[in-house]
Amino acid sequence: MKARILLPALPLLLFAASLLTPWSGFLELWQQDRGLALAVLQELRLPRALLALTYGAMLGAAGAAIQALFANPLASPDLTGTTSGAALGAVVTAYLLGFASPLALSVGAVAGALGALLLLLLLAGPKAETATLLLAGLAISALAGALTTLALALAPSPFAFYDAYDWLMGSLVDRSLSQAAFAGVPALLTILLLLRLRAPLDALTLGEDVAQSFGHDVRRLRLEIVSLTAVGVGACVAICGAIGFIGLVAPIFARRLTGGHPGRAMLPAAALGGALLLAADLAVRAAPLGRTLPVGVVTALLGAPFFLWLVAHMRWRFEQ
Amino acid sequence: MSTLLAASGLALPGRLSDTDLVMAEPALICLVGPNGSGKTSLLHALAGIGAPAGSVSIGGADRDAARPAERRRLLAYLPAAREAAWPVTVRDLVGLGLPADADPGEADAAIGSLQLEPLANRRVDRLSTGERSRALIARALAPKPRLLLLDEPVANLDPLWQLRLMDLLKATVADGQAVLIALHDLDLAARYADRLIVMDGRRIAADGDPRVIIGSDAIRAVFGIEKGEEGWRPA
Repeated sequence: MKARILLPALPLLLFAASLLTPWSGFLELWQQDRGLALAVLQELRLPRALLALTYGAMLGAAGAAIQALFANPLASPDLTGTTSGAALGAVVTAYLLGFASPLALSVGAVAGALGALLLLLLLAGPKAETATLLLAGLAISALAGALTTLALALAPSPFAFYDAYDWLMGSLVDRSLSQAAFAGVPALLTILLLLRLRAPLDALTLGEDVAQSFGHDVRRLRLEIVSLTAVGVGACVAICGAIGFIGLVAPIFARRLTGGHPGRAMLPAAALGGALLLAADLAVRAAPLGRTLPVGVVTALLGAPFFLWLVAHMRWRFEQ
Repeated sequence: MSTLLAASGLALPGRLSDTDLVMAEPALICLVGPNGSGKTSLLHALAGIGAPAGSVSIGGADRDAARPAERRRLLAYLPAAREAAWPVTVRDLVGLGLPADADPGEADAAIGSLQLEPLANRRVDRLSTGERSRALIARALAPKPRLLLLDEPVANLDPLWQLRLMDLLKATVADGQAVLIALHDLDLAARYADRLIVMDGRRIAADGDPRVIIGSDAIRAVFGIEKGEEGWRPA
């Protein structure tokens, strides 16, 4: 019951905090020039907060869906190669083909994500074992990473490398409201469409055969989740770069709130994902380093130890 | 009243050849056969797993036309693997077998019939294999489906629970449900079955009264065993 109130409140509170931080500078500006303060709020802070909320929510929901589909808590958009495929698509579009508009980037990233996920299905087969799928995802991530580096090495502009490197680390800074819409609208639509698949994903707890005996078309479910994830995550990666670990961590905590049920964990995972990315972005601003860190670095620094703990925890459990 | 189960032209490529099966009245059918003879495939084809060819009608209702909520009342399938992908509680696991709008009392009744009350709030990954088997069986029984398809339901159960379960299945038949189970124990099958189906080479080799079939040459031909004074022995 507490979770029901806290869960929607957490991302909303952090959203408000993101708009108002740093508070002292904003207060001063508000007293001196209200118009300018509103402009700062609308042009700088609002897109940043909106992107953190929707990108985080997208990663949480997609992670929950992919973990439910593969019946594995280690599956997530980063581990299946979706994020790196999207990054490759965007890098190729922007630095090799020279189209840098948000629309072109989004199309490139969605194409890259879809390509990665289709390659995943091709490698692992329509009725894949979890291990095969995860290994295939690992291979695709490695391939996409190598190709991204290659694309950057071949890029015509010498500035491309630093520019792309900065973007690849994942950042929410200096995006416009229209850019936020390019990521946020597909993300929200995708989350809504994913939520429709709660019941079949919950049924997968009993295994694919039983889900089929209930009349769920598991093959179609797999394709739907793959394409929805590609569109939603691809659109976000195009605008903000690749941000890791939230798609892994948020669903794991969300399932604690749903008694382990994977499908109905999608909505709480979206709320937690949004809250986590907002919190990470606030941490970036609070970091006393005198310069802005890419938010992807913070999620990776916090997420990687959690991932290690998870791997160790699973190993202990299976060795009992 | 329409036929309880009418299946025709059932086939799964490489696993089950063109098979028909009709059940006019509720009965406990035991499905026996050597490894790889097609027992599980027949259960899959009836449950609609793996896109089987053919048509299945249960109590006059077309299986493939039923939505997931209605279909849970038409049939339930228990796979031989006794696993749950996520660590839900026993009560939640049993609830997964029921339509979303079902009365919670239905889950409790199934939990009670398998004497799982003390374990109802325990996570399924913290149960023994036998306990988890009972929880998964309770999941299949909970919606009281017209057709129960159970693959090796007595596997992992202790001798007392094997008998209890067979008695429970007899009682569900008396309530008007059709029960089809794959078994390896020919004696258990002979003792409880109303009808025995022997599978061999991906098709039905014999179908009829268990007392007749157990004593016939069909068992010897299919399994390569025969009944001696001290029980079954290689023929």
